Amino acid sequence: MTQPVNTKETTTDLYRRQFLGKTAAAAGFALAPGMLLTEIAHAKPADEAVSDKNRWGLLINTNKCGSGCTACVTACQTENGWGELNHSEEHSRASQKAVWIRKVKLKDKQTGHVQSLPLMCQHCEHPPCVDVCPTGASFKRKDGIVLVDKHICIGCRYCMMACPYKARSFIHEALQNQKVHSPRGKGTVESCTMCVHRVDNDGTPACVEACNAEGHQAMYFGDLKDSNSAISKELAKNGGQQIRADLDLNTGVRYQGL
Amino acid sequence: MLSRKTIISTLAGVFVLLPMIAQASDLLPTVPKAKAKANPETLCIRDVKVMRKNHMNFIMHKRDETMRKGIRTKKDSLAECISCHISKDKSGNYASFGDDKHFCSSCHNHVAVKIDCFDCHNDKPTAASKTGSTLK
Repeated sequence: MTQPVNTKETTTDLYRRQFLGKTAAAAGFALAPGMLLTEIAHAKPADEAVSDKNRWGLLINTNKCGSGCTACVTACQTENGWGELNHSEEHSRASQKAVWIRKVKLKDKQTGHVQSLPLMCQHCEHPPCVDVCPTGASFKRKDGIVLVDKHICIGCRYCMMACPYKARSFIHEALQNQKVHSPRGKGTVESCTMCVHRVDNDGTPACVEACNAEGHQAMYFGDLKDSNSAISKELAKNGGQQIRADLDLNTGVRYQGL
Repeated sequence: MLSRKTIISTLAGVFVLLPMIAQASDLLPTVPKAKAKANPETLCIRDVKVMRKNHMNFIMHKRDETMRKGIRTKKDSLAECISCHISKDKSGNYASFGDDKHFCSSCHNHVAVKIDCFDCHNDKPTAASKTGSTLK
């Protein structure tokens, strides 16, 4: 966060990807237009495994993001049952408590320009948290969503140290009354799941839904590999930056207006 | 010819053992009945005997399918097990894990097998979120 975003490299990278994407799409239509259309029309059947045909991503327009608005954070807490809804972390300091998504304020000291943006797991293509995990608990699904398999997480917290976005937190105390679709428990690390339980049912993450309901329309969710998705179209039209693009992680969460 | 001694000791043995046999059935766990019959023939999603012996393997397999591959079907889903195998206590609340009235605890307490499923997973069914746990 402290280092400036490398705009030049990002744009070049993005243009290259767009070019490749368009070429691939054109080739796809030329070879088998019918097949490609069928794939777009039907969502994944429930008993089919996720595939690398999709890459789920988020695009956040910081100019539209309300400075005092925390609708996305509240929605995430309500959906996944963390934060104020669960007061079990009695012995933890504020900085130790669960944070799946947080609002970050950026101030340009020279101009005094203030920006506000939500920061959560960036769902990297090359996630450092997965690299360092000694048990394989931290993993990336084929569709690009980075998760913690809490069944095999030993709570070593290497991933928390490796993450450049400070996106993960650790559960220190026993919990009760978790959400059925969002199991959480003592001794494991957790982070934004991009509302994977919703995504698997063709849904939209709770934060995006809340942002739209609030009327800000600052967040897009969609398939980065589908050139017809709203997120891809917006990225193609107005571009999007990665935070710490210098790390070459190819994040699934992009920002506009940084 | 049986000696009088043998007859007496045999009879004594029978009288001692009889109440023990009667007690043994009381010692078996009382497993709460499921809310529904997933399959009218097998009563559960599979034969009850198979489920009793192998449920941990089915759940473990399903766990990896869901976690790693995003396959969120109903069969073998822990949330589905819980929503069917749930019973209320005297005050009308769902029994918590650890309570003998909770389906899982009723056996696990008896055989003293400790499980940590409910350290993370909810031991009771809750109102589903909009698109959340509406499993296909």
